[in-house]
Amino acid sequence: MSLSTTDVKRIAHLARIAVSEAEAEQTLQKLSGILGLIEQMQAVDTTGIAPMSHSQDVTQRLREDVVTESNQRELLQSIAPAVENGLYLVPKVIE
Amino acid sequence: MINKSLKELAAMLASKDISSVELTQEYLNRIDRHNPEINAYISLDQEKTLAQAAAADQMLAQGTASALTGIPIAQKDIFCAKGWQTTCGSKMLENFIAPYDAGIIERFNAVGSVNLGKTNMDEFAMGSSNETSYYGKVQNPWDRRRVPGGSSGGSAAAVAARLCAAATGTDTGGSIRQPASLCGLSGLKPTYGLASRYGMIAFASSLDQAGPMAKSCEDMALMMNVMTGFDERDSTSLNREKEDYTRDLGKPLAGLRVGLPKEYFAEGLEAGVAKVVEAAIDEYRKLGAEIVDISLPNTMLSIPVYYVLAPAEASSNLSRYDGVRFGHRAAEYDDLMDMYCKSRAEGFGAEVKRRILIGTYVLSAGYYDAYYLKAQQIRRLIAQDFERAFEQCDIILGPTAPSTAFKAGEKADDPVAMYLQDIYTIAVNLAGLPGMSIPAGFAPADDGKELPVGLQVIGNYFDEARMLNAGHAYQQVTDWHTRMPEGIA
Repeated sequence: MSLSTTDVKRIAHLARIAVSEAEAEQTLQKLSGILGLIEQMQAVDTTGIAPMSHSQDVTQRLREDVVTESNQRELLQSIAPAVENGLYLVPKVIE
Repeated sequence: MINKSLKELAAMLASKDISSVELTQEYLNRIDRHNPEINAYISLDQEKTLAQAAAADQMLAQGTASALTGIPIAQKDIFCAKGWQTTCGSKMLENFIAPYDAGIIERFNAVGSVNLGKTNMDEFAMGSSNETSYYGKVQNPWDRRRVPGGSSGGSAAAVAARLCAAATGTDTGGSIRQPASLCGLSGLKPTYGLASRYGMIAFASSLDQAGPMAKSCEDMALMMNVMTGFDERDSTSLNREKEDYTRDLGKPLAGLRVGLPKEYFAEGLEAGVAKVVEAAIDEYRKLGAEIVDISLPNTMLSIPVYYVLAPAEASSNLSRYDGVRFGHRAAEYDDLMDMYCKSRAEGFGAEVKRRILIGTYVLSAGYYDAYYLKAQQIRRLIAQDFERAFEQCDIILGPTAPSTAFKAGEKADDPVAMYLQDIYTIAVNLAGLPGMSIPAGFAPADDGKELPVGLQVIGNYFDEARMLNAGHAYQQVTDWHTRMPEGIA
């Protein structure tokens, strides 16, 4: 499993992170080191072992389908980068 | 004053020897004096802090005070605190004023504790040296050229330099215990699910857990009483009876079965650290504990497993930073895609980006089974190691970190070397077990400087009260936890 700078750029695009050519080159070295570390897992036989996501045997809790949040639009939008008339502004996506 | 326990401070507040406003002002003065160098705090708000202290004095006067009323606590900057800048150590959240309180903050507010300020940390809690913070390095109060550990490095330095009475931290792979070890204080990561994650900025949700960082196990027990408890807003919070974590303090240790995992004393452990840990184990023998040799055979696998699971969960959690509703947005961009990519490239630091990329890669089409699923399977093997070990012993002792504090810059360019700092702590998060670090002495660094060493105590699920007593008993017969660095007057 060896990565190329093309792979790095593809992954960065999936992650929505802009990378320059020079950054992709640097990142490639560091990522390869980490992936080498991760590769140690492949030597372990895990046939029939159930994956573990939580240490306790718990299930997703459900709650009543009722409104629990109050309207805090002004407070929540006060920390937004760009708002207008109570809406979040983003570059135009539909012509 | 600055070395007094939380119990002693509470007694002074109750008897009106000092008011919370006076006590808080004393800490704020200390912060003014030392924080410009140590850089343990990212944000301070004296007005808010003193208003909380004044309110606490009211509670004390009205007789509604409890153990932590009026006590000044440093809060890791990962917890949202309403009206406070909450950065998580990142440029991404430089302008983020939290619009609500985290569950942990609510709990401290409810008992009238005072929020002294928000402490420095590795960016999004990703790091073991506090060097990834956008807000600058934190100095280790024991040797200012060295790192305090991470990610809760600011909280650790604040407790070590006595810039707070106690602090909070969070621990995903060792982020409470390793800095506690490197800065000579006590730190506890509770059983996963005991402390609310609501409003605690997410890194790796299946591993993140908040806990106390303090001067002693007795102090941590009082902190645990406030910090733990069910929160319906956290989907993995456990609904259990409320516990009193001070209940076992003072019980004799005779007959306590202490397990020593052979893998924790193997290659990679510095000789000076090993010597201190062995001396601590001798103290436990003297206290009547029975020492048992155990094995945790999958220890070495915890690092690769962690560096799949944690980045995978992080890449998903950190996708929320899109420059739309909050957080950093690039000044110039062509279109929506460009805005996302530039905002995230500018807002995140190098280590955070690396982990997002690793996580994105291991979760990308075709790789899920080979990485994420495989890691979750090995995670179960690691948990089973502990399950078998706890059939033979009640608690596990060993080193917290393989070395003492290293110099700033020493490992900053080598992520894999940095990751190995957490070799003894990560498995505990993967298994969801409680773990703590307590000061056990000092070991000389390569330059002869004496640096703190932490002893790690790992317990079975929900066994925090017993662990705290095991630590407390040790702290009754040793004085390592009362030692203070020089130059913090």
